[in-house]
Amino acid sequence: MSLITTSAMLLATSAAVFAVGLIPTPLAAQPALAGTAAEDDAIRPFRVDIPDGALADLRRRIAATKWPKRETVTDASQGVQLATMQALARYWATEYDWRKVEARLNTLPQFMTNIDGLDIHFIHVRSPHPNALPVIITHGWPGSIIEQLKVIDPLTNPTAHGGSASDAFDVVIPSLPGHGFSGQPTAPGWDPQHIARAWVALMKRLGYTRFVAQGGDWGDAVSEQMAVQAPPELIAIHTNMPATVPDEIAKALQFGDPAPAGLSTDERHAFDQLDFFYKHGLAYAQEMSNRPQTLYGIEDSPIGLAAWMLDHDIRSYELIARVFDGQPEGLTRDDILDNVTLYWLTNTAVSSARLYWENKLAFFAPKNITIPVAVSVFPDEIYAAPRSWAEKAFPRMIHYNRLDKGGHFAAWEQPETFVRELRAAFKPLR
Amino acid sequence: MSFLTTSVAVLLAASAAAAGLIPTRLAAQSATAAEDTSIRPFRADIPEEALVELRRRIAATRWPDQETVADQSQGIQLAKIKPLVEYWGTGYDWRKAEAKLNALPQFMTRIDGVDIHFIHVRSPHPNALPLVMTHGWPGSVFELLKTVGPLTDPPAHRGRAQDAFDLVLPSMPGYGFSGKPTDTGWGPDRIARAWAELMKRLGYTRYVAQGGDWGSPVSSAMARQAPAGLLGIHINLPAIVPPEVAAALATGAGPPAGLSEKERATFDELSAAAKMGNRSYAVMMGTRPQTIGYAVADSPAGLAAWMLGHPGFGTWTYSSSDPEKSPDEVLDDVSLYWLTNTAASAGRLYWEYGGRSPAFSAPERTAEISLPVAITVFPGESYRAPESWARRAYRNLIYFHEVDRGGHFAAWEQPELFTKEIQAAFRPLR
Repeated sequence: MSLITTSAMLLATSAAVFAVGLIPTPLAAQPALAGTAAEDDAIRPFRVDIPDGALADLRRRIAATKWPKRETVTDASQGVQLATMQALARYWATEYDWRKVEARLNTLPQFMTNIDGLDIHFIHVRSPHPNALPVIITHGWPGSIIEQLKVIDPLTNPTAHGGSASDAFDVVIPSLPGHGFSGQPTAPGWDPQHIARAWVALMKRLGYTRFVAQGGDWGDAVSEQMAVQAPPELIAIHTNMPATVPDEIAKALQFGDPAPAGLSTDERHAFDQLDFFYKHGLAYAQEMSNRPQTLYGIEDSPIGLAAWMLDHDIRSYELIARVFDGQPEGLTRDDILDNVTLYWLTNTAVSSARLYWENKLAFFAPKNITIPVAVSVFPDEIYAAPRSWAEKAFPRMIHYNRLDKGGHFAAWEQPETFVRELRAAFKPLR
Repeated sequence: MSFLTTSVAVLLAASAAAAGLIPTRLAAQSATAAEDTSIRPFRADIPEEALVELRRRIAATRWPDQETVADQSQGIQLAKIKPLVEYWGTGYDWRKAEAKLNALPQFMTRIDGVDIHFIHVRSPHPNALPLVMTHGWPGSVFELLKTVGPLTDPPAHRGRAQDAFDLVLPSMPGYGFSGKPTDTGWGPDRIARAWAELMKRLGYTRYVAQGGDWGSPVSSAMARQAPAGLLGIHINLPAIVPPEVAAALATGAGPPAGLSEKERATFDELSAAAKMGNRSYAVMMGTRPQTIGYAVADSPAGLAAWMLGHPGFGTWTYSSSDPEKSPDEVLDDVSLYWLTNTAASAGRLYWEYGGRSPAFSAPERTAEISLPVAITVFPGESYRAPESWARRAYRNLIYFHEVDRGGHFAAWEQPELFTKEIQAAFRPLR
């Protein structure tokens, strides 16, 4: 474990705990040792408090970046472009202020609890409205809890955001193992199935006996696994990156074959999106699935980390490139750097990559889910799941909607639409 | 452009001017002149501050936690890379590597708009056969240095004068001290044409070519193009996999019927390598070279790990009886990439090549080669070419030999054996 993470954790956790006076000192002083202690069901308050030294070191490293030469093309076909990275670096090293997002996080009730030997960090906001529906929302890679910050208030306090009290949710937003302020597993086994079981344990520990789950990216994989496990407390899931790709389509994509005959317009569009992703955009996932540890460079270089994270999928990258070119859209420069900086300051570049290595599930293949599923399809997602595929993948589909704007980071980029979708999706279950 | 490259260019100009070979003005503006066919002497002379800066960065490396497994299945293990990088920052001496290069006649000449660095050692023996040998990734001219003495002056190395070669060892565009292309198109075919021009410029009218790794597609492209004077090639990473076997590998189906025992063994090697994701690095650089470029350009540890992640280093058999020497050899190579800031530019060659594997005969168009081809199979290579497949792929196969030791970096690991192979392979063409 790095010095920075250790000191950040100690400072953050112990200070908060002492202040609140919830647990005795000896226990509070040991949060970094979590994982060695016998299972402890305590839920400890958590505050973020990154030492100034870590922020100064980050700025110094950005300023000292040794740059590659510019790409030899005039588009994004070789990856993240130098002009975007240099604009990002300038802003990151000079104007960007981590303390703002830290303050925002610290206005939210954050906690740490040990599940299966691992510290899990989570935000937990209870709605002021009675009978709010508890939802556990899971981020993905290269995302974090930062993705979900904009939807917390509208979901928990709908009457202040164009909704009715009957739309209210209690919101639980955990950091995946190896991500953000959650602990970093030191042994294998934290695959999406394990995380799904941990999330159910977390919800039960919070006293919830009837809840829903939501996610895109890894959050989809985890939510779908919760649905596969189908604990009685879980009544439905909502996904914005559903795994629906039929077997024959997956085979054609894998072998680089042309699209099968007879696809509808939506199916053909999804096929073409996936085909592009398989041919040009899958390499980062392959690298992290096969050799996550070899990526020492993204742990040691802030710009290397940022570039690696910006290149998740071509539409998100194009959006982010436009933002750093001075055209803020759904995301701002601060949004993007809050997220990258969180990875940097928590030293989770490689530990987060290990989730790809852990995962043995075919990402887009249907998972045999029998509980109710709600689907929102954002057009710039890696693929826009056609209704026909979704209906086959989810025999009890309670909601399907194709939106006209938004991409992979739906909650982050289109929070209002995302909130409307969640309200509509779960309304029949309340 | 990095200040390092600039300094090297300036130094180069200075040394050329000092040697009185070309006017100072010309040397300083080589990048802008219309194709200047002069051949300028070159010496490597990295500024001291670049070495200090490298050591400073190494000392400041931010390491990830240890991998969560006890083997190499997640990539380069922390316990393997960390001591090597620490030695790089404390005990390793680049000046020794530089002295090795500067002990040889080195030159720079501009071909097709790019400065090409090359070592050129003429044999003391008359009628030596000129040979252009091409390195690969993550290699460099350092791979080939140990063969210079034995190939150019065999009697001094228990060989015969009639086996002597005049040796030309170029650095590929984007590699080492060669220039970095600023436009696209510098794949093996264009490099092959540049090498033919180089040999012509050196006055050679009868010569042969050799290569492993990238040197193999480059040498094979030369053979396909059959420029005047090229008599034949020797390769140690041949494109031998027949189309029906390629199809079986692509679909993950079992081996085609009727394979011989040797063919089956090769099929199994290729199949296992695919399952283990051994080519993830190549897929990454083949699709998004710029994205990984930032981290490996900015982090010495990241660069070292990325390069050592090549399976060739996994089966490194050590050329020296003294294994202690081996870290220096690896670090000479890694340092060259670092100090010339070629981590990203070198990766672009994979993009130019579409990220494909060089093992397959059809995409490499081996059927179009009518010039004599010689092959040596080293047992530690990522796959062992069966003679039956080699004969199908190369219709004019004049030499095929399987040796009992050596791996991907054959010339580096087993220079004496490698030399014997080259001598034997080209004997019929003299």
